[in-house]
Amino acid sequence: MKILNFLVIIIFLFNLNVSNANDRNLNSKITKNLRCLICQGQSIHDSDTEFANSLKLVVEKKITEGMSENEIYEFLKTKYGEWILYDPALNQKTYILWLLPLLLFLIGGAIIFKNLKIKKN
Amino acid sequence: MKTKILLPFIIVSFLFIFFILYVGLNRSNIYIPETVTNEKIPTFKVKVFNSEKKLTSIEIFENDIYYLLNIWASWCIPCRDEHPYLMELKKNKKLEIVGLNYKDKVKNANNFLNELNNPYTLILSDTDGTIAIEWGAYGVPETFLIYNGKIIKKIIGPMNNNLFKEIESVVK
Amino acid sequence: MASLIGSYSLFFSLGFSVLILFFSFKNLKNTINFDNKLLSLTFLQLLFIILSFFGLIIAFINSDFSNSTVFNHSHTTKPLFYKISGTWGNHEGSLLLWLLVLTLFIFLFLISSKKQPKKYRVLTLLFQQIIIIGFLIFLIQTSNPFAQIYPVPSEGLGLNPILQDPALAIHPPILYLGYVGSSIIFSSVLAASSTNYISKEWAKHIKQWILISWIFLTLGILLGSIWAYYELGWGGFWFWDPVENVSLMPWLALTTLFHCVLVLEKKLLLTSWVVILSIATFTLSMSGTFLVRSGILNSVHTFANDPERGLYILIFLFTLIFLSLFVFFFFHKTDGQNNTSFFWLSKETSILINNWFMMYFLAVVLIGTIYPIFLDVLTSQKISVGPPFYHKLIIPFLIPFLLAMAIGPKLNWIKSNLQNKSHLLLLFAISLILSFLIIRILEISFLVNTILFTSAFYLFFITLRDFFIKGFKNLAQNIAHFGFSLLILSILFNNFLSTEVITNLKVGETYKSDELTINFEKIEKIKKQNFEAIIGKFNVKSDNELVDILKPELRIYNQPNIVTSEADIKTNLLSDKFMTMNLVQNQEYFNIRYQIKPFMIWIWFSVIIISFGGLFSFFKKKI
Repeated sequence: MKILNFLVIIIFLFNLNVSNANDRNLNSKITKNLRCLICQGQSIHDSDTEFANSLKLVVEKKITEGMSENEIYEFLKTKYGEWILYDPALNQKTYILWLLPLLLFLIGGAIIFKNLKIKKN
Repeated sequence: MKTKILLPFIIVSFLFIFFILYVGLNRSNIYIPETVTNEKIPTFKVKVFNSEKKLTSIEIFENDIYYLLNIWASWCIPCRDEHPYLMELKKNKKLEIVGLNYKDKVKNANNFLNELNNPYTLILSDTDGTIAIEWGAYGVPETFLIYNGKIIKKIIGPMNNNLFKEIESVVK
Repeated sequence: MASLIGSYSLFFSLGFSVLILFFSFKNLKNTINFDNKLLSLTFLQLLFIILSFFGLIIAFINSDFSNSTVFNHSHTTKPLFYKISGTWGNHEGSLLLWLLVLTLFIFLFLISSKKQPKKYRVLTLLFQQIIIIGFLIFLIQTSNPFAQIYPVPSEGLGLNPILQDPALAIHPPILYLGYVGSSIIFSSVLAASSTNYISKEWAKHIKQWILISWIFLTLGILLGSIWAYYELGWGGFWFWDPVENVSLMPWLALTTLFHCVLVLEKKLLLTSWVVILSIATFTLSMSGTFLVRSGILNSVHTFANDPERGLYILIFLFTLIFLSLFVFFFFHKTDGQNNTSFFWLSKETSILINNWFMMYFLAVVLIGTIYPIFLDVLTSQKISVGPPFYHKLIIPFLIPFLLAMAIGPKLNWIKSNLQNKSHLLLLFAISLILSFLIIRILEISFLVNTILFTSAFYLFFITLRDFFIKGFKNLAQNIAHFGFSLLILSILFNNFLSTEVITNLKVGETYKSDELTINFEKIEKIKKQNFEAIIGKFNVKSDNELVDILKPELRIYNQPNIVTSEADIKTNLLSDKFMTMNLVQNQEYFNIRYQIKPFMIWIWFSVIIISFGGLFSFFKKKI
């Protein structure tokens, strides 16, 4: 059963880079990951504010200039802070955010299997 | 035995969570981007208002004086509120006010300036809002105090008396 | 007048709470049977809350602007249906709805539990009263729906137009029946723990309450998503917004609880799980109330922003938490538990695995929602946690979860062997091949998606096969699990097959692409009771054949003076066509968004099917 644990983690690691093929449009993909500063509960893609519309143009421009997705995120991070990204980066600030659920999963699994082993014997 | 360690641990955890939530209550949940002071101004190319000429950021901010970049629009109501402060600051010889006209129509912008007077030595035109984003702005009005190619101060929203005085004291 | 009655009724209810507390304590101490005075008092308390609630409704219907709640959230020109639903579409009114459900449920509990032990019933009543008193005081002190304003304004501020929607009108009542209804499970488990009544009999009895709460909670969440889809105009139905997460978390706990109670019904196992989950469900509901009404979180649909109220709820919430911890640690005993060991390949194990994964999902949603608060308080830095976070952490784990859901119910109690289970492998192979083909045809990225489709199809085929071969055996479970597989499949197909066109058009212009043309034929202006609308007519053609005519609207409401964009959605079994039209500042053209969303309606259907599973289980014994 521990093998299952490991399999799951490997799948997760693979998934970190899986792109949603539906968003063939890179612009859509990026703007869906950006948070609107005016209506702070919507993505830039969905938002209709002046700021969102301008930002969509900026993203389009940067894509045609040849910037990669991550470069665009970095650019916007320097202008507006990490808050503007819906996908929290994995850094010192967010280790707990990303790893705590996984840690809990592993601990939970360990407790359950330990109890099962006892019962098996 | 297990209870002896578990219970205090759980109680402490919940107290910790309570404390965090209690402090969190009094903080604003609205996000306002931070300004890193002494940040270099962005490099960009922009169209001059009411002409076809284009200028680069270097050309605009080339002199050894203080500049105030003010993002404004004729349809922006708080811009009217802060306008008198801009007119006052125009009198300062050490300061030049550059206007960035944001998502506006030429006719409306001109009407605005005719009605309230023009504090700007130079007006730039940002019809699609993309230049404002280079500055990290997201609304109108926003104002930047610049010296030596660096942003010294950023004001989000209309200027008020306190901010006006602050700028005056810096630009001496 | 209505407001006056409403206001006094609240005080009477509070009075009844005190009386109930007094007589409950008395009844606990003496050895006679359940004091029927308590039943009458509970009924009277319910009556006064109903009276109060109707008082508020009448104030809304009459547009009584001397009542500050009515003033803040209503307007004379609002249609009658929305005047009524506006009663609970605001902070104060919705709290009154909380109280209505709290008092209703305890009354129904008392009349349906006459065969249960007396001490248990009285204690349940007592614990529930603690919650009721807390809310009554909260309401009266900080959020009184009957606060008066002088001088009386002649007109109100109106209700936010996006709340003027039929789905949103019934969303709070249905959601609260689930959400707030879990209070009875909370009170009941504390009572049962204190009287050492956590047993098979108690499990059978509480199971019905869990089902009621669960069914309404499932439907309530569904209604919220339907409203978001139809009303908010972005074409999505779930955004992992804090308010959505806050309704999902109790649902996850409640679903897990239900599965544990299924075990507890039959054998004395998982008692600690049951107690903790029962406490957790209502605690999560209360935490949810705290998070969205205190202003601590930034969300599209928080409806109150008041730190003072937030503080009260926070203290109340933690009081309940510490109370439950106390009861759990000092009263809960696990020695009576059935220690018959079960084999690793058994139904007990699969339920444990279910619990394990569900708690993981709960942890992901909880951590994602409140982490920004912690980070902000501890380091003054703000980050956002949005859909990508939840997708990355949840989707990979759905795979083993779906597989376990397919195989788990087939295992026997205690020990299972895998003889005569060749169909399990056969169906797995079919699912795998089918998924592989779909991935290839749709040109989607490979690994995770293939396995995800496979596991969803597997659950789908297994439950389908069980319908036909096993008939009515375990029907409720089959229906619910089938519904879940359908939900995952619908979401997957919808996600991978949806397309979108965004363009700017002036009246008379046409957008052309390889697949379709959209012609902006004209605009029409009409006037309704409390808004004016600009309706655009769009002809959508595919291969020169007219496919749809869509008419999205821009509505300008009178009070509050807000412009909303109303999507036009054409629904059929195969797909939804979704179009919105928006003004562009300073320009003559409109921004048009046209989306084709396959299988949308199956997403709603599958959730309804899931709740049917619950309904079947509820009525099973009565048949």
